[in-house]
Amino acid sequence: MTRRTLRRLLGRATLYAAAAALTAFAGFPFYWMLVTAFKQNRDLYVGASDLRHVPWVFNQSPTLDHVRLLLHGTEFPHWILNTLLIVAVVIAVTVALAVPAGYSLARLAGRWGERLGIAIFLTYLIPPTLLFIPFSRLVSLLGLQNSWGSLILIYPTLTIPFCTWLVMGFMRSVPWDIEEQAMIDGYSRLAVILKVVPRLIVPGILSVVVFAFTLVMQEFVYALTFISSVEKMTVSLGVPIALVRGDVYHWGALMAAALVTSVPIAIVYNLFLDRFIESFTMGAVKG
Amino acid sequence: MASVEIRNLRKKFGSVWAVDGVDLTIRDGEFLVLLGPSGCGKTTLLRSIAGLERPSAGEILIGGQRVDEDVPPRHRGIAMVFQSYALYPHRTVFENIAFPLRAAHAPRRNIEEKVRWAAGVFGISAYLDRYPRQLSGGERQRVALCRALVRDPKVLLLDEPLANLDAKLRNTARDELKRFQRQIGTTTVYVTHDQIEAMGLGDRVAIMDRGKVRQLGTPQRVYEDPDDTFVATFVGQPPMNLLRLCDGAGPPGTLLGFRPEHFLPRAVLRAAEDARSFRFHVRRVEYLGSDRYLYGTLPDQCDPSPTFIAKLPATIGTPVLEGEAYEFAVPVRALCYFDSTSGLRRRG
Amino acid sequence: MTRREPADPPASAQPALLARGTLADRGELLGGLMLAPALAYVALLAGIPFLLAIALSFSDATAGSLRFGWAGLRNYAAILSDPVFRRALWNTIVVTVGSQALVIVLATAAAQVFRASFPGKRVARFVLLLPWAVPVSLAAIAWEWIFDSTFSVINWTLKAAGLLHGWLYWLGEPTLALLAVIIVQAWRIFPFATVIVLAGLTSIPQEILEAATVDGAGFWRRLFQIELPLLLPVTSVAVLFGTVYTATDLGVVYVLTGGGPANSTHVLPTLAFQRGILGADLGQGAAIAVFLLPLLLVVAILMLRLARHTEVGVR
Ligand SMILES: Nc1ncnc2c1ncn2[C@@H]1O[C@H](COP(=O)(O)OP(=O)(O)OP(=O)(O)O)[C@@H](O)[C@H]1O
Ligand SMILES: [Mg+2]
Repeated sequence: MTRRTLRRLLGRATLYAAAAALTAFAGFPFYWMLVTAFKQNRDLYVGASDLRHVPWVFNQSPTLDHVRLLLHGTEFPHWILNTLLIVAVVIAVTVALAVPAGYSLARLAGRWGERLGIAIFLTYLIPPTLLFIPFSRLVSLLGLQNSWGSLILIYPTLTIPFCTWLVMGFMRSVPWDIEEQAMIDGYSRLAVILKVVPRLIVPGILSVVVFAFTLVMQEFVYALTFISSVEKMTVSLGVPIALVRGDVYHWGALMAAALVTSVPIAIVYNLFLDRFIESFTMGAVKG
Repeated sequence: MASVEIRNLRKKFGSVWAVDGVDLTIRDGEFLVLLGPSGCGKTTLLRSIAGLERPSAGEILIGGQRVDEDVPPRHRGIAMVFQSYALYPHRTVFENIAFPLRAAHAPRRNIEEKVRWAAGVFGISAYLDRYPRQLSGGERQRVALCRALVRDPKVLLLDEPLANLDAKLRNTARDELKRFQRQIGTTTVYVTHDQIEAMGLGDRVAIMDRGKVRQLGTPQRVYEDPDDTFVATFVGQPPMNLLRLCDGAGPPGTLLGFRPEHFLPRAVLRAAEDARSFRFHVRRVEYLGSDRYLYGTLPDQCDPSPTFIAKLPATIGTPVLEGEAYEFAVPVRALCYFDSTSGLRRRG
Repeated sequence: MTRREPADPPASAQPALLARGTLADRGELLGGLMLAPALAYVALLAGIPFLLAIALSFSDATAGSLRFGWAGLRNYAAILSDPVFRRALWNTIVVTVGSQALVIVLATAAAQVFRASFPGKRVARFVLLLPWAVPVSLAAIAWEWIFDSTFSVINWTLKAAGLLHGWLYWLGEPTLALLAVIIVQAWRIFPFATVIVLAGLTSIPQEILEAATVDGAGFWRRLFQIELPLLLPVTSVAVLFGTVYTATDLGVVYVLTGGGPANSTHVLPTLAFQRGILGADLGQGAAIAVFLLPLLLVVAILMLRLARHTEVGVR
């Protein structure tokens, strides 16, 4: 074996080792969720000082008990429904406001478009943890405490800035010529916007829907601040806060809940990843 | 049909003047070509006529009516073909061509009739049910032209419509385009940076550089009688030779210009021909079949370093060897004089 | 310019009039109308609360009543002399800096790995991105279980490997708890940073790297002298976002430790929540949260700079 092939082999091995290590670090909590969710309690609750019992694998046959408990013995199904309802409304509001705004910034606002766009994007950086206190004032003024109304009102402030930016970036990547051609062929601006643009902008809208979906699914701070009764909670709030029976953590059910919620979000998010990344880097690193 | 008149048009992008004071009159029924290097403002000028760009200053008149302020593109009576053709990807060829008619609320029967007629003229009747992505570049270009012409525009604007075609197709398309234009007689403004297209197509050619029109005239006039050194060197392949004179033959700061094809061995010219002779030291000979290009210097001139080019057609068989010097000459009627500072032509 | 064309015929005397534009042709007007609702929403529901947050920090407002009295700097004086607040401020800095340092290392390494192609890369990439897509609170609860005082799988593994002889009470001891928070924050942010760096990596023209290879640069020289400098702007974007996400995050600490033991692991957001919402002292809560502002300001300014420079930097 020559030195070059040896070096290449070594390089390959390092690559695999690094890939495996990084993937393991990222994926380990999910593996742990999976194992915990299906282990029998006898297998689960063995102190870690007992070195003869290997916690990484199923020592006894897997069980669906925890999943059953989650679906029938807790409010989890309710939370899913609550979340989906809120998500639907927030997506509708976001699409209705952010899509026209993004289009306008990309196509109609001219010199001001760039600056306004960046200004709107920067509001995305104002974190919920700075705003939840004034919002709590606002929410009690409006009498929306402990209601979905508060979340539906507030979540669009999270989604609109980024989604406007997203649509703007998307429209910038679409050539103008089709719209201009339609204007020459006899459409007014308004007619172009109403009849030609919708077709062009569909992928942009899709990524807005996905982004708003994931953002609302992930939100914790506002839900924690404004929702107090268990049956009105969202998934990301209810699971860590209210899935505790008395003082006992049902880890199996908890992990099952975490797993079934996060994996679909991750899958959807992955589909649109490239578009999001392009927006995060402010369009600076297009290939 | 209509004339287009442009008066002192200016358009600024950021801090650049993309169009910087253009005066231009396009006559009724004329085929005018805007020719110039990349970035000289041709597209911007064309888009201003179309109403897609709002001029910073100046006026645009179509058919004698001022349009630059508040006549939107759809009311200007223009049609435009983009370089990309901008076909609506989700509509069939038929629907693409019918689009301007539908937008104008033309009666249904009329639409059908007109589309079929126009498709016939352009030879694309067989493709009416296809989608743009199912067409070749040349077919798309014809669909775009067809769509531009169905509603009888007063002015047809074309922005490098042949740029996306391969060389062979471009030749036939150019020929067809000229035929159609003659046939329908619509006032046409055609943008290109390809001088062969410009010379072959235009009734007149406007040569642009850095936002300004440097010369406007028939292809022949622009080629044979350039107004300044920019036009002289931009039009023609290889470009006109420019020689700095310092032997006191003309006023100080004079450039002498002559086309490579007029720069011939003295012996080839008739003896009686009034010609100016140069000793031409040939460095390199390029054999191109129909022509020979000779690259060399003029050692007897005050600045012997610049390279000059002579273009000998195959009909001139005079043997020429690399590294030798010969007596070459230019007929006096083919000489142009320019001012070396302003670049402008000196006449008389 | 000399024009020696024959004079043009005068335009026909009475041209047919071309129609003028209507409101539907006015691009700026339509643009304004389309932008206004979003702008109004954001201004009303992010801009005003933002100002209100600052105003509240100077007031003695409580959640119980709608009274709103001027308190001057009293809230600030109170929190600045409060050791719990100072600890929280310090923790915020430690967690943010610590986790972002980890993120830079992990993301740079991961980007190098994931630009190569290897079998199973698609699956690996999906797994790598899971932490970024999963809701923070659910991730935190999973980590709480991982760090559990009795059942911690980490402890078992360390012991089984012979590396640990005593016992680690991950969430029960301030230093370890902070370490746990740093690990979780880094775990959550680095996939995101990786994809951004990866995007930057693919935008470096391949020829530059090939030229460097031809010039005799090995892997490490290429990495440190060419790629990393070229990647600096993109990496900064990732780190700036990471900084905001970490410093302003409430979920991880709230779920993992709840600020305990004995208020030793609070960060600014959790303390603001405890005082402002649970303790109903809106004024003090707001004052604590306002300490996030200088950080956000710096980030925003750096972002604006980068937005201007990256285009040149990366291309
Ligand atoms: N929308 C715009 N914003 C800023 N600058 C522009 C814009 N459009 C054109 N320009 C600039 O104006 C100048 C003229 O551009 P234009 O597109 O008219 O050139 P062109 O002659 O058509 O060139 P080409 O032959 O390459 O198409 C260029 O310098 C260009 O960079
Ligand atoms: Mg152009």
